Amino acid sequence: MTPKRKQKLLLISLMLGALSLAIGLTLYALSANINLFYSPTQIAQGEAPQDREIRAGGMVVEGSVERDPNSLKVRFAVTDFAEEVWITYDKILPDLFREGQGVVAVGRLNAAGELVASQVVARHDENYMPPEVAEALKAAGQMPDHSPFQRPAAEQQY
Amino acid sequence: MDVLFLPELGQFALILALVMAVVQALLPMIGSFTRQPLWLAYAQPAVWAQFTLLTISFLMLTASFLLDDFSVAYVAANSNSALPWYYKMSAVWGAHEGSLLLWLWILAGWTFAVSLSRGLPVEILARVLSVLGFVSIGMMLFVVFTSNPFDRFLPRIPADGADLNPLLQDPGLIFHPPLLYMGYVGFAVTFAFALAALWTGQLDSAWARWSRPWTTTAWAFLTSGIALGSWWAYYELGWGGWWFWDPVENASLMPWLTGTALMHSLAVTEKRGVFKSWTLLLAIATFSLSLVGFFLVRSGVLNSVHAFANDPDRGFFLLVLLAVTVGVSLLVYAIRVPNFKARVSYSLISKDVFLLANNILLVVACITVLLGTLYPLVLDALGKGKISVGPPYFNALFVPQMLLLGVFMGLGPLTDWKAMQWQKLRKKLWLSAAITLVLGFALLPWVYDGQWSIWVALGLTLFFWVMTTSLRDIWEASRGKQGWKGITRSRWGMFWGHVGAALIVLGVTMVSNYGEERDVRMAVGETVVVKGYQFTMTELTHREGPNFIADRAIVEVRNSQGRLISTLTPEKRLYVVRGMPMTQVAIDWGLLKDIYVAMGEELSEDAWAMRVHYKPFVRWLWLGAFIASLGGILAISDRRYRMRVASVPVNAGKTE
Repeated sequence: MTPKRKQKLLLISLMLGALSLAIGLTLYALSANINLFYSPTQIAQGEAPQDREIRAGGMVVEGSVERDPNSLKVRFAVTDFAEEVWITYDKILPDLFREGQGVVAVGRLNAAGELVASQVVARHDENYMPPEVAEALKAAGQMPDHSPFQRPAAEQQY
Repeated sequence: MDVLFLPELGQFALILALVMAVVQALLPMIGSFTRQPLWLAYAQPAVWAQFTLLTISFLMLTASFLLDDFSVAYVAANSNSALPWYYKMSAVWGAHEGSLLLWLWILAGWTFAVSLSRGLPVEILARVLSVLGFVSIGMMLFVVFTSNPFDRFLPRIPADGADLNPLLQDPGLIFHPPLLYMGYVGFAVTFAFALAALWTGQLDSAWARWSRPWTTTAWAFLTSGIALGSWWAYYELGWGGWWFWDPVENASLMPWLTGTALMHSLAVTEKRGVFKSWTLLLAIATFSLSLVGFFLVRSGVLNSVHAFANDPDRGFFLLVLLAVTVGVSLLVYAIRVPNFKARVSYSLISKDVFLLANNILLVVACITVLLGTLYPLVLDALGKGKISVGPPYFNALFVPQMLLLGVFMGLGPLTDWKAMQWQKLRKKLWLSAAITLVLGFALLPWVYDGQWSIWVALGLTLFFWVMTTSLRDIWEASRGKQGWKGITRSRWGMFWGHVGAALIVLGVTMVSNYGEERDVRMAVGETVVVKGYQFTMTELTHREGPNFIADRAIVEVRNSQGRLISTLTPEKRLYVVRGMPMTQVAIDWGLLKDIYVAMGEELSEDAWAMRVHYKPFVRWLWLGAFIASLGGILAISDRRYRMRVASVPVNAGKTE
């Protein structure tokens, strides 16, 4: 082989090696780290797995937030206005967590069908509803007509 | 009142700038095909006119903000009369429309700087400016048709504005977006140089030497912009994190990775005349990835801290813009690139090969990030469910890739171009390797908490390896005839760039492995112990700011001996105009550790949920990034970039 061919071979094998390693690792890591979203209805119907991390969300049910007086433990229900699912959490809720607002929680379902959350997300924006939640509400046919996140553009700004 | 016409003036200036961009793009292009020097010469004045007009436009928008002209919809949506003047000014780029104007203005500024560069043959300069003109046209059409910042809100003029998003009311806003845009847009210049090279069919080391300072400058801005963003997120969001693998962070990381690869590949192209087509591809990819980030942030496909409020038209326009840019440049690339074959050989142990390995790793890392970022979007678009790809994915892939990259970062500087004997290289490396293994891998990981852990060991190994090899390299450079004075600025630039990277590794290693984060319930008079420090909340008070009201806690921090080391005053603010709560963290910062306290939620009259974080060495990662950026600036100040060199291919005869 000429030196030039050798070089090319080296180059190509280096690239192929790196690429296949990368793809293999990527697929493995992706499959291990994907969190699927489930709506309260899907969870109530038993579609959500218990043995892995999932995301769940909906509107926080008014009056459902229960706090433990001595620790940070908190329990609340989220709804898509068809079904409800209870979520427990023992860290600080986000600033924008409020009853009647949309949230998304990441966690695992326990045997009682409650989601033990490791993370709760609400966005830093008053008009925000997580898109998953919006879609879950639409699927349940319960999208509120005058929800703050659907105001016409002009109104939205002022 | 005269004031009222300022926005119209701004808008006219913007439209005239668009016309100038068309002149700047088309006339030199026609001139280059018809070989008319006069037409080529139109490029420069068009650039100057465009820059002046955009400056006027930008000033008009700024003036509207400072004068509280709430008849302008954008001002009304993002400002308020109670806002301090410096936030009124930075609110100009606080949301979608205005930040686009800033983007355009920066592009015009870069183009202006290119048009002033001496030593560039006029036929190349004209083509570079023409390409930049096309970029400018695309983006300006986007602004004029979908996102006009000067739109009026008539006739019902609001009495006061809706206020700037409280998250953005921070000095971070003043610097983070401009620095970042300087980086993103700066890569447009390299992109233009690449297309000009494809256009003329001329790609020699002179070309690489023209492109290098622009690339390095853009890279330095992007690096410091990202670092500043990370720092801002750390103290502003109240979560204590410095990198979240948020899709928008990823969007800035991707062009950074390919840009870093480009910087190194340009070095090879200049010195050795190889990797030409690869360099061109990287230049195209880097700017395209900047545009991908732009699309992700502004099209509404993402939800993240960074996403702007958006509508589908904008997303569609941007997608078309992106497709045209990528499509046209890759088409030109495919047609013209066969002209750039190089016949230069190099052996397995050579700087060329190690830099190639560096390039491959950086590009693979970029692809990993791209996959993780786009995968959820693609699945969602196909209707296969809403998924999210979490930080574990990125950490599992990115960390090993960076470890591997570190190995080559150490090898590269000490190896000769073209070929080197292993024995010779070994002589240069053994001391570094020994220090690294003994200190970094075996001994020092024990020091911090008496336990050896593999991740700390690997991180410190990487830190010592890059540090010791860099020191060795600069020491060898100093053994020339002129000693330390003889070391060129580019050599120092590389040294500080690599030292900065090593410091980032050190910071990341320490804070990820030894940091502690606790959410605790804190009541007045009670003491909580975290990582040996005693936190006592002594008082809960209220405070009124210019446009917010706040609950404020006073927390005394004592060390294990009970000595008071600082008094922290975190706040939970409510910005009244938007009714939006904000966490204002309090940090006792130091080079060895940060103690970080943030208020979470009120639990009862006298108790709050608080976040208490202990962050060792966290400052080092931002410090490292700024040092690396300064390294970049040092490198471009090297004299050789200012010397007038005729466009004679140094490697003539080697090029087909």
